[in-house]
Amino acid sequence: MWITPFITKSSSVSQIMLRVLLALIPGIALYVWHFGPAILVSITLASLTALATEALMLKLRNRPLKPFLSDNSALLTAWLLALSIPSLAPWWLVVVGTAFAIAVSKHLYGGLGNNPFNPAMIGYAALIISFPAHMTHWLTPNALGGFELSFSEQLNYIFTMVLPDGRTLDAITMATPLDTLKTQLQLGHAVSAVREMPIFGYLAGKGGEMVALGFAVGGAYLLLARIISWHLPVAFLVSLFATAGIFHLIDPAHYVAPLFHLFSGAAIMGAFFILTDPVTSPTTIKGKFIFAAGAGVLTYLIRTFGGFPDGVAFGVLLMNICVPLLDAWTQPKVFGKKGGGK
Amino acid sequence: MRKLFKFHGGVYPPTRKAESTRTPIVTAALPSKLVIPLHQHVGSRAKPVVQIGERVLKGQIIGKPESRLSSAVHASTSGTVSAIDTQLVAHHSGLPDLCITLIPDGKDEWIAHSGVDYKQTQHSELRHLLRQHGIVGLGGAVFPSDLKAYSHKHKIKTLVINGAECEPYITCDDMLMRERASDILRGAEVLRELLYAEEVLIGIEDNKPEAITAMRHAIQSELHERMEVVTVPTIYPGGGAKQLIRVLTGIEVAAGVRSTEKGMQCFNVATAYSIWRAITHGEPLLSRIITVTGNVDRAQNFEVLLGTPVNELIAQAGARADTDKHIMGGPMMGVQLPSAQVSVTKATNCIIESSPALFPPPLPALPCIRCIRCADVCPAELQPQDLFWFAKSNNFVKAEEFHLFDCIECGACAYVCPSNIPLVNYYRYAKSEILAREQEAKAAEAARERHEYRQFRIEREKQEKAAKLAQKEKAALAAKAAAATPAIIDADDEDAVQKRIDAAMARAKEQAAANIPKNTDTLTPEQQAEISMIEARRAKAHELASSEDKN
Repeated sequence: MWITPFITKSSSVSQIMLRVLLALIPGIALYVWHFGPAILVSITLASLTALATEALMLKLRNRPLKPFLSDNSALLTAWLLALSIPSLAPWWLVVVGTAFAIAVSKHLYGGLGNNPFNPAMIGYAALIISFPAHMTHWLTPNALGGFELSFSEQLNYIFTMVLPDGRTLDAITMATPLDTLKTQLQLGHAVSAVREMPIFGYLAGKGGEMVALGFAVGGAYLLLARIISWHLPVAFLVSLFATAGIFHLIDPAHYVAPLFHLFSGAAIMGAFFILTDPVTSPTTIKGKFIFAAGAGVLTYLIRTFGGFPDGVAFGVLLMNICVPLLDAWTQPKVFGKKGGGK
Repeated sequence: MRKLFKFHGGVYPPTRKAESTRTPIVTAALPSKLVIPLHQHVGSRAKPVVQIGERVLKGQIIGKPESRLSSAVHASTSGTVSAIDTQLVAHHSGLPDLCITLIPDGKDEWIAHSGVDYKQTQHSELRHLLRQHGIVGLGGAVFPSDLKAYSHKHKIKTLVINGAECEPYITCDDMLMRERASDILRGAEVLRELLYAEEVLIGIEDNKPEAITAMRHAIQSELHERMEVVTVPTIYPGGGAKQLIRVLTGIEVAAGVRSTEKGMQCFNVATAYSIWRAITHGEPLLSRIITVTGNVDRAQNFEVLLGTPVNELIAQAGARADTDKHIMGGPMMGVQLPSAQVSVTKATNCIIESSPALFPPPLPALPCIRCIRCADVCPAELQPQDLFWFAKSNNFVKAEEFHLFDCIECGACAYVCPSNIPLVNYYRYAKSEILAREQEAKAAEAARERHEYRQFRIEREKQEKAAKLAQKEKAALAAKAAAATPAIIDADDEDAVQKRIDAAMARAKEQAAANIPKNTDTLTPEQQAEISMIEARRAKAHELASSEDKN
């Protein structure tokens, strides 16, 4: 058989995924700095679960283990999911979410490259629908008197769900800044008054905004290393900013400033690490713009008018559905067929 | 500075050209035999016009062009024709083809030949000369040049001479431009004359500074006007004719469109050189420059007689023992030769000796993750990831809709694919399936038409028979009526009855005579004798059988 070319550029799926994992490290480091090391436990748990589930599913599907276990894609799903759920979540929550993400949203659809939905976001959606209470206990940042529990006490809670005597979960955790804002606004407070609360920092939630900055640094690396293109993150952030901006301009007392939205919740992580999942995003440039802009608008609407604490996951998942259609509709013109002579 | 344009995508594989440009072009040694394929060009195979055992002279036509799209094939040196048979040839199909084997006599004796002054010669005559001298595109496409050196109804503004040579490893055009710039430019002038082209642009990639200098110097010293060497960026596949035209002029020639319709025509530098040799010296295309590189001790360029066996050529470059395959062309679009026994043809620009260390076997392919690195590098601006998906699922209608046939098979997509998917092979597979199905559909359509016509013919014959029969009956009835009239009058006349019987007998005899004669009616005496013998044997057998029955 005539197989060409005889040479290839040395690049591989596992290398690409590895660099995306590396790009998550600044964000994770700042996460540890501001919220304590519990996140490392859930990342480890998720990673082990992901690899075990991947191996099991490959075995069941009669696929070779080595090339797929070493492609690092399951690890990336695990890390992104772990970063999306509260770090003090009980161990089984992480395990169930990760196993669901890998088994159902990835392998049942045909494994690597064939899943229409972002596996990490499917895992998140499954958890927030099934265990909403557990998904709201976010650790209080260090700056607000976090670290009340020692690391061993946190570990103990994660694996046994037992807190030291005299401690309640409410005392050491809090709702996310986005959630807090929404609740306070529903109570009739104005944005400016709510923003005075101690959990808010310069741009958004204390601690959280710094973690977002860490993810932005990782995202910049991915852009510079040409692992991702700028279209998706920029279109998403601009769309989220613009939608929030319009509402804010109309009624600043009830709609928080757009920068708050950019640095809250999973917006920055989503822009650089979740929307950019190549398998579940469009392939054409026009398609990418529509996809990311749609996810931005949906994220804002779900955050502001929906019942969930964040809107990135559902925004992305809803847009994932549209990807085949977007690809089909936005086929670019090919060489020499762009019309108008030149 | 001329304004240059960009084409979409492209890749930057290591060029590896330095190895084979250290020494000048060497004339390869006369081989022990020449195996000259009669099909070295696009179009019909040339028809052999020599006999086994015949002595031929260097430059003598041994294969005549067979149709309009064809080209002549010549004896590369003087010697004796030892065989005309099918042999393995250097072609990606791997199929054997008709070749003429020539044992050189070592005299290298030329046939009488002379050139013409192209300015004093009619264009049709010049084109005829190109065809008779076997001139085809030497960039690898081997399309007969006489058909390309013709502008049809379109006015040609720019003649592009392609010296880009974008494939890694290959340096034959580079060395030719360094050493024989003058003849290339003169050949370009012949082409300009044939095409009435206004300007000549010679595109050379910026990794060939020596060639650029040599060509510029030749333009200046020989006072060529409206002719310019344009340095173009080194990028693969920047040497594709359509890509080079785009870079030089900004014009995009779509798939299926002739560049002449856009006022462009493109020839390779080596083709221009051969045209000059053919027209003004009367030398047919007998040899070409071939880069021999890769896993060899002395990578270099050779001037090689067409038909030289590859193994005799690579031996001169010091082939190494761990060579596992021989590649004709570059590492991006080259063809793995079926064997080193095959001979070089007009399409052979480079032989890369490959070893596992040089070109490691491909890694196992992973699923496509739609990362679109392929789409980012595709010079045809296709969506390779979609085409792959359609080809894989045999969804050929969709593949065509997504412009499968615009794919130039440059391999840039497969080069960058992180999943190591042999993308080009999927496209080749889909293309060949589509073409095969089209052919099948055509054949089925023809069969259907044939069947329908047969039905129609049978029906028509039936009707004709019926009509004839009806007419006959009518005639018979009329005759009867005519005969019956007197019969009634002389009802008891026996003569009359006898007459009617006689008439009926005569009609029956006539009818019998009108019938097709039995096959026994026109027999030769020999056949008659044979039949008598058969009949006798049959009678004997019958006799025996009946006697047995009795017992």
